[in-house]
Amino acid sequence: MTTATTPNVQEDLQRIAKKWKDKPGSLIMVLHEVQERLGCVPRNVCLELAKLIDVPVARIYEVVTFYNYFKTEAPGKHILSVCTGTACHLKGASKVLESLSKELGIKEGESSADKEFHLQSVRCVGCCGMAPVVMVNGAIHGKLKPESSGKEIVAQYRGK
Amino acid sequence: MASAIINGMPVEITPGETILEAAKKLSVKIPVLCKHPDLDATAACGICVVKIKATGRTLRACCTPIDSGMDIVTEDAELVQVRREVLELIMSKHPNECVTCARNQNCELQTLCADFDIRHMELPSLVPDIAKDTSNGTIELDPRKCVTCGRCVQVCQEKQNVWALSFLDRGIDTRIAPAGDISMAESPCVSCGQCSAHCPTGAIVECDETQKVWDKLIDPDVVCVAQIAPAVRVALGEAFGFAPGTNVTGKIYASFRRMGFKAVFDTNYGADVTIMEEGTEFVERFAHGKGALPLITSCCPAWVDFMEKYHNDMIPHFSSCKSPHEMVGALTKTYWAEREKIDPKKIFVLSVMPCTAKKWEVRRSADMSSSGYQDVDVSITTRELARMIKQAGIDFATIPEAQPDHLLGAYTGAGTIFGATGGVMEAAIRSALFLITGKNAANPNFEFTRGLKGIKTGSMQVAGKEVRIAVAHGLGNVETVLDEIRKAKAEGKEPPWHFVEVMACPGGCVGGGGQPYGVTDELRLKRAKGLYQEDGATLWRCSHDNPYVQQLYKEYLGKPLSEKSHHLLHTHYVQRPTYRR
Repeated sequence: MTTATTPNVQEDLQRIAKKWKDKPGSLIMVLHEVQERLGCVPRNVCLELAKLIDVPVARIYEVVTFYNYFKTEAPGKHILSVCTGTACHLKGASKVLESLSKELGIKEGESSADKEFHLQSVRCVGCCGMAPVVMVNGAIHGKLKPESSGKEIVAQYRGK
Repeated sequence: MASAIINGMPVEITPGETILEAAKKLSVKIPVLCKHPDLDATAACGICVVKIKATGRTLRACCTPIDSGMDIVTEDAELVQVRREVLELIMSKHPNECVTCARNQNCELQTLCADFDIRHMELPSLVPDIAKDTSNGTIELDPRKCVTCGRCVQVCQEKQNVWALSFLDRGIDTRIAPAGDISMAESPCVSCGQCSAHCPTGAIVECDETQKVWDKLIDPDVVCVAQIAPAVRVALGEAFGFAPGTNVTGKIYASFRRMGFKAVFDTNYGADVTIMEEGTEFVERFAHGKGALPLITSCCPAWVDFMEKYHNDMIPHFSSCKSPHEMVGALTKTYWAEREKIDPKKIFVLSVMPCTAKKWEVRRSADMSSSGYQDVDVSITTRELARMIKQAGIDFATIPEAQPDHLLGAYTGAGTIFGATGGVMEAAIRSALFLITGKNAANPNFEFTRGLKGIKTGSMQVAGKEVRIAVAHGLGNVETVLDEIRKAKAEGKEPPWHFVEVMACPGGCVGGGGQPYGVTDELRLKRAKGLYQEDGATLWRCSHDNPYVQQLYKEYLGKPLSEKSHHLLHTHYVQRPTYRR
């Protein structure tokens, strides 16, 4: 059986559902609010939501898995967003990604087992002059050396 | 009237008609893969591209309405090339495993590749590495063979309202699966098999159990017994070149005997027994106030599963009758075994059904082992029987017809129409009338129960009282009926109907998930016609007139709803979760 949601989460889900229930086509808005509140849209929440907003679980999952933005598992604490926009791409973004991936032992889109890090790629973050760039929890790390970037960035944030 | 031009030929068009539909009227067959006549066009595959003659602009024929004055080209060298490229792209994601595929020689993708001379695989193969899901033992899912046409998802969600299948992820990673990485067995799937009936490839097929049957047939210590469902007799012939609706009952009996079955029974007989039990149940509730109204039929296992998962507040309304093949199974291992002095332990009962859900039903609960053994050992689909007959080296076209063993094989016209939507109701009315008034109806045909309208209703006067009836088929039509029942209940009003029939598959069992491929409304009607023709030609039109059923009650069961009947022929229902995980 799926684990039940806590009373606090229950209350929030009910509040969100009530707000959107009668507005047709609002599933995405509901999911946005849920992810904002919980950091992700896990399976047990999908089952709960289905009842609250009267939308089949299958439909909720179709939307959650279609959009990259929605996550079914909570991401790690530190979110590493590797920019793969044009400038960063030319300056070795794929090597930066590879380096981080090797350092953490995870693939793009995954979180480390200890839930300290989440690795993802994003398109241009608007700091092309500093390419290649990794954004960590919103802070920019630029002019990276692609091969050693993984070690350097992870060391700065591990345990913090 | 508005007109357009297709391949230089003028064609009259009606508003909203698609290019595909208009072309059909000119005997122009535009190839399709994702489009199915039962379903709305989704324009997923791109095989049906055609051109505007003047501009060369390409359009998808399945979803583009034809406008007045349009001049369309559906076939030329360039279009053939485009279609070949689309096929090559689809094949680059499809395993090249035709020979070991359940749909070999019966696959829409394979046929298109043959028609378009796809002889080389130029593109790198990108077949996804996703495991087969065989968890529910009725239908199996092989997502690697999926061409993401979306037919199964559309059928499961929109036609059947089951929502077991969904499209997960997107782009090249798009796959069909139950929501949230769970197995089919853990999903709301009710095994109706409509996904498999609509899949153009081998991505969803019935779980093949033919080997289990061969293993028993070769075992000298086993007494093999077979029965066929009503709808099988008017569809199996299609696998051997007979026109849809051709009644091949006698040839099926003969085939069973050749294969080595010791006794050949008929589920239609079980249908007659079902009517005796269910008709009596109805009279008890309607005339004597014993139990909730409306009474809802329970012959369809996918409907039973759906009700237990989605509408279990209806349990008190459900008939406690088992389905006809389960009744035949239970009676084979008790009544027949005792008469023939055969140890029921040695009996193997095969039922051939138009249905994939029957595979689940045979092990649904302990009630399905009322004889002390599993009452029906294996249930195979019409498609599986067709293959077995071919494997057995039987020339089906020329094999002379044979008779069944009458004890559990003789049937009435009422039994045979069980295979079409409305048939159970029509059969039940015939006997309920007799049970209440002591007389058969002057005209046993109750036309309002027939045809493909999603919900059919009607009423009649029986002994001065009005009996109101509803028939629904296709699980997507059920909710409307149930909601009206709930509404009346909540308001303390009379129920809108006294007796309700539900069959999960559109058209009833003739359109079942285990029937030969290629089902459309046209085919459903032809198969149903075959059943009504047999009904019209039988000596007995009413279940209670079946002398072998009368003998059963006299010799063995006593009377309908007796203690023995309850033990062998009735079951219980439980609430089931939609998601087991």
